[in-house]
Amino acid sequence: MEALILTVLLTSVPLIFAATGELVAERSGVLNLGVEGMMLMGAVSAFAATSIFGNPYMGILAGALAGAMTAAVFSLFALGLATNQVATGLALTIFGSGLSGLVGAPYVGGTVDGLPNLAIPILVDVPIIGNLLFNHDIMAYLSIGVLMLVAWFLNRTRAGLVLRAVGNSHDSAHALGYRVLLVRFGAVSFGGLMAGLGGAYLPLMLTPHWSEGMTAGRGWIALALVVFASWIPSRILIGALLFGGITIMQLAGQARGWTVPSQMLSMLPYIATIIVLVLIARNRDFALANSPACLGRLFISNK
Amino acid sequence: MSKSSNSSCSKLGPLLEAVGITKSFGDFVANDDVSFSIHAGEIHALLGENGAGKSTFVKIAYGLLQPDTGQLFWNGKPVFINGPQHARKLGIGMVFQHFSLFDALTVAENIQLAMPPGETMASLSSRISSISKEYGIGVDPDARIYNLSVGQQQRVEIIRCLLQDPKLLIMDEPTSVLTPQETEQLFSVLRRFADNGLAVLFISHKLDEIRALTSRATVLRRGQNVGSVAIKGQTNSKLAEMMIGNKVKNVARQKAPAKSKLLFEVKNLYRPQESAFSVTLRNISIAANAGEIFGIAGIAGNGQGELMSALIGEWRGSDSGVMFLDGVDVSLKNPAERRVARMGFIPEERNGHAAVPSMSLAENALLTSHSIVELVRHGVLDLSGMKAKAGEIAKDFDVRLPEANPLASSLSGGNLQKFVVGREIIKVPKVLIVSQPTWGVDVGAAVFIRRAMLDLAAEGSAIVMISQDLEEIFAISHRIAVLHDGILSDAEPAGNLTAKKVGLLMGGSHAVGGKSV
Repeated sequence: MEALILTVLLTSVPLIFAATGELVAERSGVLNLGVEGMMLMGAVSAFAATSIFGNPYMGILAGALAGAMTAAVFSLFALGLATNQVATGLALTIFGSGLSGLVGAPYVGGTVDGLPNLAIPILVDVPIIGNLLFNHDIMAYLSIGVLMLVAWFLNRTRAGLVLRAVGNSHDSAHALGYRVLLVRFGAVSFGGLMAGLGGAYLPLMLTPHWSEGMTAGRGWIALALVVFASWIPSRILIGALLFGGITIMQLAGQARGWTVPSQMLSMLPYIATIIVLVLIARNRDFALANSPACLGRLFISNK
Repeated sequence: MSKSSNSSCSKLGPLLEAVGITKSFGDFVANDDVSFSIHAGEIHALLGENGAGKSTFVKIAYGLLQPDTGQLFWNGKPVFINGPQHARKLGIGMVFQHFSLFDALTVAENIQLAMPPGETMASLSSRISSISKEYGIGVDPDARIYNLSVGQQQRVEIIRCLLQDPKLLIMDEPTSVLTPQETEQLFSVLRRFADNGLAVLFISHKLDEIRALTSRATVLRRGQNVGSVAIKGQTNSKLAEMMIGNKVKNVARQKAPAKSKLLFEVKNLYRPQESAFSVTLRNISIAANAGEIFGIAGIAGNGQGELMSALIGEWRGSDSGVMFLDGVDVSLKNPAERRVARMGFIPEERNGHAAVPSMSLAENALLTSHSIVELVRHGVLDLSGMKAKAGEIAKDFDVRLPEANPLASSLSGGNLQKFVVGREIIKVPKVLIVSQPTWGVDVGAAVFIRRAMLDLAAEGSAIVMISQDLEEIFAISHRIAVLHDGILSDAEPAGNLTAKKVGLLMGGSHAVGGKSV
């Protein structure tokens, strides 16, 4: 049982990273559907860097950088040239899948040492929960830390307020003299960085090898997760555990020969997301207060 | 103007001076060699029709646009204002015509965004309360903008400016959403400003207001400065003449037509409250005769939106026997069915309600005609018919088109409004329901639209007009009722009512023929 819970926790880590990053991008008004592509770039770069340097921490760094750079490609088109965000995001996913396959070809079949666990002294000895919560690798801790930091940033800092303002009405923000595109570039880059970290977690921790398309739709689940969380950071944690749990249930179910088809289980995150969307739509106040009104809309400065 | 400000005028040069400002957008010259100056302690009006270049000019002064040629001087020194933040740093504040507020954020957050960084939310909140108390403009710092009325949102804009302690305050049509009382309050705030030696650049279409408030006016016409005049001794028609370059045809108070047929009747309309921020409509009764404009006055947020959507049929109750068109019960009919029964509707919001900004005029012409099976044959659009119809509307209603079949969004406010008004009137509806027909349009367009409505009434249609512009209500209504807190007063012939009486009713006194429930 403990092993199962641990697996769920680990499965949710990449989702937390990718969804937190995408949440920041979306709160600034940018819908980047390229999460899957950015995660794949993060995954392959992390694996390659770890193989080359023999150090998984170099892998983390490489994954984050690769994600941010992939996001910069998106920014160049969707922000710089004001292309349609949906189309650009989809293209980014296809681009990321292809390029990661190419870059990763020499590494298929290889294996690396994963991240070591860093037990937190004293806390790890707490009965029952100690080993579950306080005996993880650095990225697991980092995911929670980043999530809390983002929640604090969005709601308690001026920069976070500006970011929300840009996502709510880019014209008003522009009229006040805020650099809409710069804010969005920052948010999208952060989103890419996080997606890269989420991708890096796969070869570094979950399955210590590289294979083409190894994210297996986690980028899409992360996108759904942002909506499921209704753009509120704290709910990402709940959603990631839930969605991670469903993923594990799928595998565990297959192993135990459950009669429920695994496809039914893989549908669950998306069904849950649709239900949340319906609930949000029914609550006007909530929808107005938290969903970024400018999401996906192009901003072209008239200067 | 106070003594102190007079002395500061003579001692110092202008606070802001613009010399030879020219700004073009493509072939269109929005500002053509405009020179202008404003002194500390002066309330200065910037007059001009829509499209005359006022907005472009103030955007340049606020750093949102940079001039192609020309130079700005601030306190006598040449400046290049490279952005609004720079303008605010110099001491230039601006209240926009279209609010630049963030719906999803609170009042305090909105204000914080406009302030230089560094101040804590707590200190800001207390400054907001003290300023709003000082000037009698109350808003809750923690309220979210989407829950505020248009008038309240404007107060947020004004407070946001006041907090920045500006030396020059630019106000772009600030009174268009205010009640007469609120306007008077605003004016006393602005006069206090001027007494303290601050300059106010006041943009308005309302000539009475300009004469009541300002000391000097600069008039722009087609991008050019056609003169700066002292307001003293100017009449409305003289100012209007400068603005539009030809005589404004004044509209006299209307006399009720001879006893005529009852065309539109609303009996005891009740609409329950839908959210904490909507108004309950109670006992609304309207009887509009053929040939008559039935004016509904009232301050924003007293149920105008709710009444309008009920009259259009966007909202329908479950009872029949509430609304009659020429004797036929239309209470349960949807807007398309009501249009088939020859009702016409012109909602307040041009962009997105009356017209679809991203569609061409031809397509917009179709949108209110499709249910009448005009311009559609066996489900297929008659494109050339649509274009011809749009052209006909444009021609008959003086809609100036930048190209043959432009997007609705490419028209200026006044032109688009003439189009949506014309689109309904050209069909000669039995009953026309219209809300704020001249909101935010230039004087020339407003006169034209009012004239067109009077002509329609003269042809035997009945018009129900909801408007917050008292001048407009008095200018063209035959009978007038006042909406307050969801209750409509009894209608009185326009000749029997004074502005003061209506003002009282608008403020909630039901002494004059009102129905207190």
